[in-house]
Amino acid sequence: MEIFHNLIYGFGVALSLQNLWFCFIGVFLGTLIGVLPGIGPLATIAMLLPITFNVPPVAAMIMLAGIYYGAQYGGSTTSILVNLPGEISSVITCIDGYQMARNGRAGPALAIAAIGSFIAGSIATVLIAVFGPPLAEMALKFGAPEYFSLMLMGLVTAAVLAQGDMVKSLAMVVLGLLLGVVGTDVNSGMSRFAFGIPELTDGISFVVLAVGMFAVAEIVSNLGETEERVVFTNKVTHLWPTFDDMKRSIGPILRGTALGSFMGVLPGTGPAIASFSSYMVEKKLSKDPSRFGKGAIEGVAGPESANNADAQCKFIPMLTLGIPSSAVMALMLGALTIQGIAPGPQVMTQNPDLFWGLIASMWIGNLMLVVLNLPLVGLWVSLLKVPYRIMFPAIMAFCCIGIYSVNNSGLDVYMAAFFGVVGFLWRKLECPPAPLLLGFVLGPMMEENLRRALLISRGDATVFFTRPISLGFMIATGLILVIMVAPAVRKRREQFTD
Amino acid sequence: MMNNLRNNKDFFAGLMFIVIGSGAVFIARDYPIGSALRMGPGYFPVALGGLLFLFGVYIMVQGLIKKVKMEGTWSMKAWIILPIATIIFGYLMDNGGFVPALLALIFISAAAGNEFKFREVLIMAVLLTVGSVGLFIYALEMPYPLFPWSR
Repeated sequence: MEIFHNLIYGFGVALSLQNLWFCFIGVFLGTLIGVLPGIGPLATIAMLLPITFNVPPVAAMIMLAGIYYGAQYGGSTTSILVNLPGEISSVITCIDGYQMARNGRAGPALAIAAIGSFIAGSIATVLIAVFGPPLAEMALKFGAPEYFSLMLMGLVTAAVLAQGDMVKSLAMVVLGLLLGVVGTDVNSGMSRFAFGIPELTDGISFVVLAVGMFAVAEIVSNLGETEERVVFTNKVTHLWPTFDDMKRSIGPILRGTALGSFMGVLPGTGPAIASFSSYMVEKKLSKDPSRFGKGAIEGVAGPESANNADAQCKFIPMLTLGIPSSAVMALMLGALTIQGIAPGPQVMTQNPDLFWGLIASMWIGNLMLVVLNLPLVGLWVSLLKVPYRIMFPAIMAFCCIGIYSVNNSGLDVYMAAFFGVVGFLWRKLECPPAPLLLGFVLGPMMEENLRRALLISRGDATVFFTRPISLGFMIATGLILVIMVAPAVRKRREQFTD
Repeated sequence: MMNNLRNNKDFFAGLMFIVIGSGAVFIARDYPIGSALRMGPGYFPVALGGLLFLFGVYIMVQGLIKKVKMEGTWSMKAWIILPIATIIFGYLMDNGGFVPALLALIFISAAAGNEFKFREVLIMAVLLTVGSVGLFIYALEMPYPLFPWSR
């Protein structure tokens, strides 16, 4: 069996002392920022991107991935104990998790969230190992027209499925593509939109854009809100769920994992939507739906499994096709590029240590998280007492040092300030920044593939519709657009967003 | 009329896309467009700028029809102070040193918060600066002068 062979190879890579250490740092940081409201994986990964320069590619990716799925674990802790989501993906966990804590069952709630996440994480690890190679093999046969159509489909789906106004999301994708154009055109050597600034001829730095939009703008927006925290600290006494709890939870965990894995592969749907859907499903399937909202353990088990499965399956399209399906994956792709690895299906064959090592590290990381989360709950909770006014200057300091260190250039820091300002404006105008980042990352690749496709076809644009795989992507893109514009879906979507 | 527009979320979002889109087309007018067969450097940006302009018009019209107002607070203080703190940090890194840049950043940033306790900020600034010097300058060996006189 090739899969086992590959997985064993992957564990060999992931179990090296250095990679284990970075995996630990990743999940530790992930849990930390997951627990703390006001700082999420997006800002953290953006902040740490510059530091990953000095780290080997495999270790860097292992650490960044650990932050992402670690945050899904940590987010549930705050939801359960404080009734305040540590991450948006854990919003729904507040409902029943906090009620369980109030009934003196905080321990079992935390335990079942961790166990559910672990099961989901383990299954998702196997899914990536099973579906990754055939997908990448298929993608290796893609030519320029297929790639262009695939990217178009990815961007449109991401924009359409993202929360908020669909047209604005699409406009933000286009704006991102446009920002990606800034710099020297590889074909003609002409510098575009550089305004005579020499640094801009290299293009806008990915780190600058990400930190400005997701870290600085996030802090500005957080400072506009008042915080209130009531922590149930002394109530965490017995941790282990009863046999009845386990029996009730196993179904929701497996269903949540399936739902999360499926949604994880779709572009644009964040872990928040996966956990929300799982909650709805469990409530519908329950024999006694009235228990929900009053501390039903199913309402914790399902969503927490779903968001972890979703977070991990997001790696499938990123690693095999080189297409990011969420803002975090765009950052991961950026991290790969920074390391000098061209994203795409060839990653699996050219850097097998990266692909299989990363997958194996996810399982190891999940195991670490269970060990880290349950006994250390007290430590995490005490962290919640650190007020935001202490946290945010420290975050600013790390961001600024990070940005400066990329090119040793003050201009990069000024640009991050600029993107912080407009990033907050975009928030206020409800123009989602995530689609912009996806467009920005894919922009140069899209232009290149468009050029190549039309060169092959001698300027005939029908090439996208005459090659079968490309046609498939185009039809899918069209269908998604048509379905979303359909009045009935639109109405429901608006209700959902509210 | 003006009063209605002032808080109109989509009107301003649309306006922004229109301005950026037409600006991009205007600047890119000097770049050779080429043909579909041999695309010049102007082809892709002009197409994107045009598309953005169209999206902008649609969003603006929607805004005029629906008149949805902006929600929440603007957190003006943080919106102004944090970018200023960032810019001063960049300037001091280029012309001063790591320590003054970091101290300035932390002090000015902290002023953006809802509460500013001088002693608390002072302690935090000193601890963060010492920690960062240890981590970034000594452990990660980043080549920055600590003070203006050590450049």
